[in-house]
Amino acid sequence: MSESSLPAAHQQRSLQQKRIVPPNPEPVIVIDGVTKRFGDFTAVDDVSLTIDRGELFSLLGGSGCGKTTLLRMLAGFETPTKGRILIDGQDMTDVPPYARPVNMMFQSYALFPHMTVEQNIAFGLKQDGMARDAIRARVAEMLDMVELSALGPRKPHQLSGGQRQRVALARALAKRPKVLLLDEPLGALDKKLRERTQLELVNLQCQLGITFVVVTHDQEEAMTMSDRVAIMNQGRILQVDSPHAMYEFPGTRFVAEFFGSINAFEGTIAEDGLTHAVISCPDLDAPVYVNHSVPGYEGSTVWAALRPEKITLSKQPPADPARNVARGVVEDIVYLGGDSTYLVRLESGRRIRVALQNLTRAAEPEVTWDDAVWVSWRPENVVVLTS
Amino acid sequence: MIARAGQWVTEVLQAGGRRLVIAVPFVWLLLFFLAPFAIVAKISLAEFRVGVPPYTPLFEIVEGAWLHIRATLGNYAYLIDDPLYVAAYLSSVKIAAVSTVFALLIGYPMAYGIARSAQPWRNVLLLAVMLPFWTSFLIRVYAWIGILRSNGLLNNFLLWLGVIDEPLVLLNTDLAVYIGIVYSYLPFMILPLYATLEKMDLSLLEAAQDLGCRPWKAFVTVTLPLSLPGIIAGSMLVFIPAVGEFVIPDLLGGPSTLMIGKVLWSEFFNNRDWPVASAVAIAMLVLLVAPIVFFQRYRMRQDEKAREAAL
Repeated sequence: MSESSLPAAHQQRSLQQKRIVPPNPEPVIVIDGVTKRFGDFTAVDDVSLTIDRGELFSLLGGSGCGKTTLLRMLAGFETPTKGRILIDGQDMTDVPPYARPVNMMFQSYALFPHMTVEQNIAFGLKQDGMARDAIRARVAEMLDMVELSALGPRKPHQLSGGQRQRVALARALAKRPKVLLLDEPLGALDKKLRERTQLELVNLQCQLGITFVVVTHDQEEAMTMSDRVAIMNQGRILQVDSPHAMYEFPGTRFVAEFFGSINAFEGTIAEDGLTHAVISCPDLDAPVYVNHSVPGYEGSTVWAALRPEKITLSKQPPADPARNVARGVVEDIVYLGGDSTYLVRLESGRRIRVALQNLTRAAEPEVTWDDAVWVSWRPENVVVLTS
Repeated sequence: MIARAGQWVTEVLQAGGRRLVIAVPFVWLLLFFLAPFAIVAKISLAEFRVGVPPYTPLFEIVEGAWLHIRATLGNYAYLIDDPLYVAAYLSSVKIAAVSTVFALLIGYPMAYGIARSAQPWRNVLLLAVMLPFWTSFLIRVYAWIGILRSNGLLNNFLLWLGVIDEPLVLLNTDLAVYIGIVYSYLPFMILPLYATLEKMDLSLLEAAQDLGCRPWKAFVTVTLPLSLPGIIAGSMLVFIPAVGEFVIPDLLGGPSTLMIGKVLWSEFFNNRDWPVASAVAIAMLVLLVAPIVFFQRYRMRQDEKAREAAL
């Protein structure tokens, strides 16, 4: 499937665009106080979560954070040590995997090597005792959906990585599950193919209206695809939000750092007002002025955090050099094509990341290595975190 | 001169090194398998005579320069004529086939259990499977005499349990031969099965369950077909030597136990009819090799067909 062949409407709806949330969200998965222990190790620690029907939900976290264990509990491959899992209103905690209305797309794809593509897709339908003609029709429909109609009689080892991924997707969707579980669905694909497949997955999810639960370690993937993201660490869910809310309003430093890149400066609240606050950070020359109230009280420790792209860099001092500025020297520039990341060493010795768009084709950028610069930011762009 | 010779050796070792490595075992096979085979084939075409050697020569130089070749297929005709040989072949194949099936039925769960056990246990269990090889095969078969005879371990145990009132006749029966063959060749069934089961991707079973298979059905539809190469390899390793087995039917079998190995032995040593014995050996080899070659051809053709269908 090439990008250009996609209907324009779908292109618009997906990727970063907030999709239309159903008028009254109805939960399809309810995870209620679920804990999973393996011996002494707690993989999932008292997680409660509700996933709505038709949602594309991502579980995001580093390796060993418990996201895969949680997904496997939804599929039925692991039984919770404590807590309940409801799917479509029915308690599924002790229901074996073969009796659950969910299907999974495995990270390794787990295609049956001794069966053809068609037989792989038909496998689940056969288990349900579907009539032969109906199976044939559904398999053809699924192959058409993933645009592999010509490859039905092939064996998995005769397919490319991307084709195998589509077969795995078609097989998991063939039974029309209430929920599709995807374990690192794009992990084995190269970057270009991954980006294209992200788009396709989102489009497919829109068309089918099936709830997708995606496990991923890639924050970019979670950001581009999801309606909502849950960030997990050490078996716990730290925050559940839309990608936009997660990025602009992170609740903790861990979330802020995991979901994108951020510069966090430790400081104390010097002035706490109803509509503004002042934070003094030892690593910054001037106090940080925020035009909203902040959690905490005068003297309590907070972190003033700034996203790299919300900082300005200039050789001239900014208009108001008394607040929200710092001076430093450009130590390194990472050229990324569309934008560049500048690493500026402040006078305090702290380094700050600044992302600037490369808007012109000028051979020599205005600011370059070893330049003395001012960094500054607007008061509304400061994220104040307490932990 | 010496330097050049050294260089030549290095070149030969580098260029021909790979060929050399393959050549050594092939030369070995040629010398110690193919040559004896040719000799046996030659003897099978000769005629019996009293003397040393106890058969007529195939090539003879008679009256000056005439090379006289005297070959006969009479021994083979005799094998077909005398119902003993055909019966012995059929009985050998039957005993070997039944033993293979039982070895498979016992070996498969064992191999499965070993392949699915936790890592430290796996090696211990594998070692236990191979442990009997530390003892001589002959001694292990002899040990079964002690177990199976009428006042042996098994009968005494059953009598002590009260399951039976008088000792069962176990030794010198076909049953004892089955027990002996299954026992002796079980490791050859387990090891190739273990090798295929161990490398199987377990997520395939999870996928099968996820798509609606109960565990038993997942085993039948996924594990079993994927372990087919191991089943075939293990069955071959048991079946082929079992057909020609001599020691086990000789020690554990009875007078009615008819196996080609025993016939071969008595032909060689009792009747001292080397040509007929050789013909028996050659016929056995052909009968065993033919189905294997046929099967291989069939598999290759199937593979090709699958490839053609895919393109």
